[in-house]
Amino acid sequence: MEFLSYLISGISLGSVYAIIALGYTMVYGIAKMLNFAHGDVIMIGGYVSFCAMFYLGLPPVVATLLAVLACTALGIIIERLAYKPLRSAPSLAVLITAIGVSYFLQNSALLIWKAAAKVYPPVIDGSAQLFDGQLKIPYISILTVFACLIIMAALSLFVSKTKMGKAMRACSEDKGAAQLMGINVDATISITFAIGSALAAIAGVLMCSAYPSLMPTTGSMPGIKAFTAAVFGGIGSIPGAFLGGLLLGIIESMAKAYISTNLANSIVFAVLIVVLLVKPAGLLGKYVPEKV
Amino acid sequence: MKRVFAFAVAAVMALSLVACGSKTEQPSAPATNETSDSVQVFKLGSIGPLTGGAAIYGQSVINGAKIAVDEINAAGGNIQFEFNGQDDEADGEKSVNAYNTLMDWGMQVMVGPTTTGASIAVGAQAAADRTIMLTPSASGTDVIAAGDNVFQVCFTDPNQGVGSADYIAENMAGAKVAVIYKNDDAYSQGIRDTFITESGAKGVDVVYEGTFTEDTQTDFSVQLAAAQSAGADLVFLPIYYQPASVILNQANQMGYAPTFFGVDGMDGILTMEGFDTSLAEGVMLLTPFSADAPDERTQNFVKTYQAQHGEIPNQFAADAYDGVYIMKAALEAAGCTADMSAADICEAVVAVMTQISVDGLTGQNMTWAATGEVSKAPMAVVIENGAYVLPNA
Amino acid sequence: MSAKLKRMKSHTRVNLLTYLGVTVLFVVMFYLQSAGMLKRSMAGMLIPICCYMSMAVSLNLTVGILGELSLGHAGFMSVGAFSGIIAASCLQTAIPAAGLRLVIAMVVGALFATITGFVVGTPVLRLRGDYLAIVTLAFGEIIKELINCLIVGTDEKGLHMIFNVSGAKTVEDLHLKDGGVAIIKGAQGAVGTQTIATFFAGYVLVMITLLIVLNLKHSRAGRAIMALRDNRIATESIGINVTKYKLMAFVTSAALAGAAGALYGLNFSSLQATKFNFNTSILILVFVVLGGLGNVWGSLVAAAALTILPEALREFSDYRMLVYAIVLILVMLATNNPKLKVFFSRFGKKSEKEGN
Repeated sequence: MEFLSYLISGISLGSVYAIIALGYTMVYGIAKMLNFAHGDVIMIGGYVSFCAMFYLGLPPVVATLLAVLACTALGIIIERLAYKPLRSAPSLAVLITAIGVSYFLQNSALLIWKAAAKVYPPVIDGSAQLFDGQLKIPYISILTVFACLIIMAALSLFVSKTKMGKAMRACSEDKGAAQLMGINVDATISITFAIGSALAAIAGVLMCSAYPSLMPTTGSMPGIKAFTAAVFGGIGSIPGAFLGGLLLGIIESMAKAYISTNLANSIVFAVLIVVLLVKPAGLLGKYVPEKV
Repeated sequence: MKRVFAFAVAAVMALSLVACGSKTEQPSAPATNETSDSVQVFKLGSIGPLTGGAAIYGQSVINGAKIAVDEINAAGGNIQFEFNGQDDEADGEKSVNAYNTLMDWGMQVMVGPTTTGASIAVGAQAAADRTIMLTPSASGTDVIAAGDNVFQVCFTDPNQGVGSADYIAENMAGAKVAVIYKNDDAYSQGIRDTFITESGAKGVDVVYEGTFTEDTQTDFSVQLAAAQSAGADLVFLPIYYQPASVILNQANQMGYAPTFFGVDGMDGILTMEGFDTSLAEGVMLLTPFSADAPDERTQNFVKTYQAQHGEIPNQFAADAYDGVYIMKAALEAAGCTADMSAADICEAVVAVMTQISVDGLTGQNMTWAATGEVSKAPMAVVIENGAYVLPNA
Repeated sequence: MSAKLKRMKSHTRVNLLTYLGVTVLFVVMFYLQSAGMLKRSMAGMLIPICCYMSMAVSLNLTVGILGELSLGHAGFMSVGAFSGIIAASCLQTAIPAAGLRLVIAMVVGALFATITGFVVGTPVLRLRGDYLAIVTLAFGEIIKELINCLIVGTDEKGLHMIFNVSGAKTVEDLHLKDGGVAIIKGAQGAVGTQTIATFFAGYVLVMITLLIVLNLKHSRAGRAIMALRDNRIATESIGINVTKYKLMAFVTSAALAGAAGALYGLNFSSLQATKFNFNTSILILVFVVLGGLGNVWGSLVAAAALTILPEALREFSDYRMLVYAIVLILVMLATNNPKLKVFFSRFGKKSEKEGN
């Protein structure tokens, strides 16, 4: 029974990682950049929905929509101002700019919303009881898992079936060739950022509901973990991000429960290292042999 | 591209203007026209994290100290202060930088830094320079070990651990206790260590210990589930209120309802924005400060703080507020004058620190040992209907 | 003299100027400091700046010259810092001379970081690109958590050490004899360290770092390393041992970071493992990228400038870190602007070849 409850908290945590990782992996797949500001967009999404619910008294669904809108706009603005001018620059320059954006968002949030932690009002309360109340599953965990599954399915469909999705895949394979085929590469990258940021907003709402504390630095650690999850599953792969996130969450919970709460993160990272040594492109990533 | 660049530069310029504009009103120097010969204006510096993850503590300390300085200057006594608060991001290196910046400014007395690690780093410098240092909130025992010129306003950690264990042994005999603490935090670890030692001596039954770190302080479901299955009916939380609020929320979601017992770091939980105070119903804590206290000074302080910053002050702000008044009392007792150097003031103040007794928001008749440790009584309170009440009342 | 300078290879000239520049700057700073003309806030930053310079140059060896992105450089600094602190504290009575103790501590720091670099590098360097980056990040975080669990003390019987996996152990469990001192108290870190670091040691550290990195870069091994960066397959096909040269660059970089860490650790009386987190690794990476990949003097300048910048921005008070972020973004945008690049190249400055 204990094992089940640890497993459930692991799955719940893993689903949050997975949603964030999906955003990471989308952006990486197309723009080939590690967007370190992604975690901070999540934090902004959390704050926007918090303000909508707490100050304006809006229902959670409307607040989530507002957060999605705000983050999408933010994502597009960041992309235009900070990343687009660096399209032809070396990838490390973009990485450092992303870090600059991350600092900027954190410190803006500190000035706007102050340093004091806010307690996030849960979007749904209570828990389902199984086995005569011996096992309790918070509804928010169930919601997170389902949201994660729906988002993954929708993204997979979008990427494989729609015209825009095809354009994205083309850009991720070969930007030059895509451009020659009449695909607007700049617009495609912008849309990818918009989708990634919208996902970040949803992740923000779900993460803050499950772990109800909101600070300007709330996004940074989950951001790193989600990046790890995306690499774990094979960066650029949508099912990979989902699998990576879920496994990461479960490993973290189990490590905390059975080995050491002190070393939980280390164990997660150690597993990551071992997996990458065995499968150098992640669990579901494609290993592309270099041609001479 | 050029336009974007130009726009960005313009934005920076505008921002810097704003920043400068707000900066000019910041130093709260006393009104000069009232200055007569007998009025002594000391340069008082403070340090704390104003940015980064620990910003709430530093901001509270700087704000609290500033309110005390403004009050003292407005009252127009013989001792007045010029105030300067600097950011250290809760980092030893940055804190030493902040201290050096303050020394360049001409600081004579210091009420800071805020966090333990930073205070130890600055303490070594202050001890070498002979600058008097009174930390409002750095509670580690290593802080005051830095030198004879380092003093604390808050309790030391062992003090709280022993106090909590004694209280539980006396009033809640037979409780099965779980401890959840933050083991990369000197404050939390320090209280936990003495709590466990004292619990062993007093026969308190500790059935589970769980830890977390800065990086894992969002999810406590595993620790709570383990505490629940270990049969704990009392959970001791020697941690700050922010992670504590998450623990209360998650315990509620899991349907786990033990008695929660906190320390002074728990103060502030009731005034967190968005916190459902019904979750804290029945939480017990040892705290030296309560924003609900009916006495006039506390009420005035809370009112001023709220008017200036839109928040209810926590114990960090109260400790810093007391710190400034303690410094004033010490300067008065030592008969210091503003033309004395920082080192001379330090010697004079160190000599009188063990003799003065100060009434503040965080305790009556506070006195100091030569080690730098404060002596004041912690108060056990229980939260009922969203307010602190005495448990026996 | 000037004719001689002209006849030299261009890189030799640049190297000589780098050494000369660092020395001149050191002499000026040292003179100003001893004459009391330096503000305290500046004087206090001198040693950390030396450490960061050394960190930046050594990371440049991995990122710029070897061409592998490392996000865990602070981990090696951490290993060096804590082993250096332990060494210095243990020898406190045996070797009263602070200078000698500092040198020993830095050597010990470098030694332990070398071992760690070897342990980390052997598996990691088999990976490529962003996968390598994430694994170095992972190692950095693991090192941080492991050191967080370390409790070390010393008494007349020697060094005592326990590893606090459960989180329930404390300094008491070391069972130190009377007169023993705790050196590292787990998560509370090293407290009460004697601050024996000096600016002169910082200067020597920077010079040694430069000497090693620049000589390596222009040696046979260095050319092999750069060939690996530019085209691994071609390099492999002409019989160059990939693993050996990759490891050589990586471990050298780790060792230098360890020495820098020891100096840093002995400059503050308290130090926590959390100081060397991901953000510190990133900070050093920012120095390297801003200074230019493979450009050693660029790293020096960037490390000094970006350490001073947040302090210089203190007058912005609350807006300080926001302004810092904006400056960082603008500098990245400006230095990568094609038009500006053309503008600079007009001045005949041969832009250093970037490795990507």
